[in-house]
Amino acid sequence: MLSASSFLVSAAVLGGVGTFFASVIALARKKLYVWEDPRIDAVANLLPGNNCGACGLAGCRAFAERLVEGAIQPANCTVASPDMREDIAGYLGVDVGAATTRVARLLCAGGCDVAPNNADYLGLQTCRAAAAVAGGGKACAWGCLGLADCRDVCDFDAIYMNEVDLPVVIPEKCTACGDCVEACPKDLFTLMPVEQKLIVQCKNLLEGDEATTACAVACNACGRCVADGAPGLIEIVHGLAVIDYDKNATASPDAITRCPTGAIVWVDGAQQLGPERLEKVLEGAGR
Amino acid sequence: MFDRLTFRHGVHPPELKQLTAHLKIRRLPYPKEVVLPLSQHTGKPAKPIVRVSDRVERGDLIAEADGWVSSPIHASASGTITELGLSPHPDGTFKPALYIAVEPYSAQLPRPRLVPDWRGLDRDGLLHAVQHAGVVGLGGAAFPTHVKLKPPPDKPIEMILVNGCECEPYLTTDHRTMVEYPNRIHLGVRIMMKILGVSKVVIGVERNKPDAVEALERTRPADLDVTVLPLTVKYPQGAEKMLIEAVTGREVPSGKLPLDVGLVVQNAASVGTIAEVFETGLPLVERIVTVTGLGIRKPANLIVPVGTKLRDLLDACGGMTDDAREIVFGGPMMGAAQANLDTPLTKGTTGVIVLAERECKTQDSYPCIRCGHCLDACPVFLNPQQLGKLAAAGRYDEMAAAYHLNDCMLCGCCSYVCPSNIPLSQQFAAARVALRQRKPAA
Repeated sequence: MLSASSFLVSAAVLGGVGTFFASVIALARKKLYVWEDPRIDAVANLLPGNNCGACGLAGCRAFAERLVEGAIQPANCTVASPDMREDIAGYLGVDVGAATTRVARLLCAGGCDVAPNNADYLGLQTCRAAAAVAGGGKACAWGCLGLADCRDVCDFDAIYMNEVDLPVVIPEKCTACGDCVEACPKDLFTLMPVEQKLIVQCKNLLEGDEATTACAVACNACGRCVADGAPGLIEIVHGLAVIDYDKNATASPDAITRCPTGAIVWVDGAQQLGPERLEKVLEGAGR
Repeated sequence: MFDRLTFRHGVHPPELKQLTAHLKIRRLPYPKEVVLPLSQHTGKPAKPIVRVSDRVERGDLIAEADGWVSSPIHASASGTITELGLSPHPDGTFKPALYIAVEPYSAQLPRPRLVPDWRGLDRDGLLHAVQHAGVVGLGGAAFPTHVKLKPPPDKPIEMILVNGCECEPYLTTDHRTMVEYPNRIHLGVRIMMKILGVSKVVIGVERNKPDAVEALERTRPADLDVTVLPLTVKYPQGAEKMLIEAVTGREVPSGKLPLDVGLVVQNAASVGTIAEVFETGLPLVERIVTVTGLGIRKPANLIVPVGTKLRDLLDACGGMTDDAREIVFGGPMMGAAQANLDTPLTKGTTGVIVLAERECKTQDSYPCIRCGHCLDACPVFLNPQQLGKLAAAGRYDEMAAAYHLNDCMLCGCCSYVCPSNIPLSQQFAAARVALRQRKPAA
């Protein structure tokens, strides 16, 4: 049976309960208050907000916290444009700092024009899935499968697939976040400082004709680059030329001049992975 | 008493064993070259102990085991070591391998025993002999047998289960072993019983192999407690956890091993090999392989030296037909497609299937319609539909953490029943590889 009094009683009970909890919350807010530097929020708003993790921290807010502490410098964020870094440095009154610009480099030049397939792969069209089936069927077991897992994972549209199914990194857009490094089942991407211009674009461990049968632009471990480069700069390790980047200062384009396959290259800007990379191979065929 | 005699869920693919089920096991002539990868087993690769240009006899140790979970490798033919280099591996990569140029006919020379007679050995002696004969599981995973035969002391073993299911379509390796060498199976059982100190053995054989059941029953030794148990035909009954459920009704808990429920499971061909090494005195240098499929001219069951190249094997079987389309090592459900004819056969290669065009179906896959067939097929009661959705989105961590990806044995039942042709088990295989590669970085 409803009556006016039952309304009043429930309103009073609920009101009482509400007031009680409201006061508890108000008290808790006072007692448990944690002061946080307001600059963290401000700096976080100035950062790109991609949460890409390229700085090595958990995200942009974690980066902002470390910035305000003074533990790192604005330049450590590789995604932010120079203007954004200046803004942050100006706001905090610190130096922008210098950080090495790094970009993702593809250590394979074996596109579909030079690297034949042993078998046709017809399954699920992702590199990960293809690599799980006989390594993807490419004659070179180390080579790029060209199914674009890296392009799909890139948050910055810094990778496009060229006419021979190789992913090309646009250095201006690449933030060295490392997503492509993780996505590639063949481990072909590596993050390199842009000053490292001498690059072996190959991971094939076979030697001689075995290597060049699998891919015309493979490193066949002939050792010419070792002789032509600065002493100790390049070494043939297990059938592959390996550059010691601790000695990068001594690197020069001399090392690539006699490479018969064009596996070792001098990169300024973007990697040349289109048909133009075949000059060396054609030259060799004409000789 | 109600006999369960099979497990829950699973599928019934066409058996297709008629191509080779009736063919006697023959011996493959020695190829000109054998290639022995150092990694033919689960565990650490073996360490080579020979040098280039060394001469080796069939059965000589050429690479020793690197630790307990590893297995030694022996020369499978007499000849000269020509190279320690990279060779295509059945997993699709290149791996270090020893190349032997085989001397014609020399492999037939008799030689003194390398493995001692089992009668004079105690438990440790037997185990030591099995370990040093390079015996591994011949069912596919090539897990070193001596590890299985030495369970930790706190895990008592009450029964040995011999796996004669061979549930994969096409393959008849275990079947022919059981039909032609039933005495070997029983001798292997006897040796295993002695090593493990177990008195009870069950040999599980699917009902589609009545001649194998009959042969095993006929030769059953009177002094041993051995039961030959015919099981209802279903895939994947040869998976050890499924076989345990079929025979005992016990379920192996997630992440545990058969020995946690008091059992040791060995595949029939492996049991035969344990006996074979003691009988012949030679370590594991050859195995029985089914070469089958409509894409091969002369299907056969062959005794093949380990390390024979795929190309040589196919040539010996009359070569491929013109419409051959795909080569698979192992069964069609779980086997590994091959892309390189120079790939050598390893200890774990149960069969080589050459599929003709008309046996292959390549179909487009369509979106999931949530019919739930995959849930009804999954023998380990996972949710392949949800796993597939997460795999497509690249959410591998969630698959492992919340949906038990690591309990999946990649049997392929879900892909087999999917009306939308979604390659579910391939996605799971890729996800597992991705997680494994990511681990060391973290």
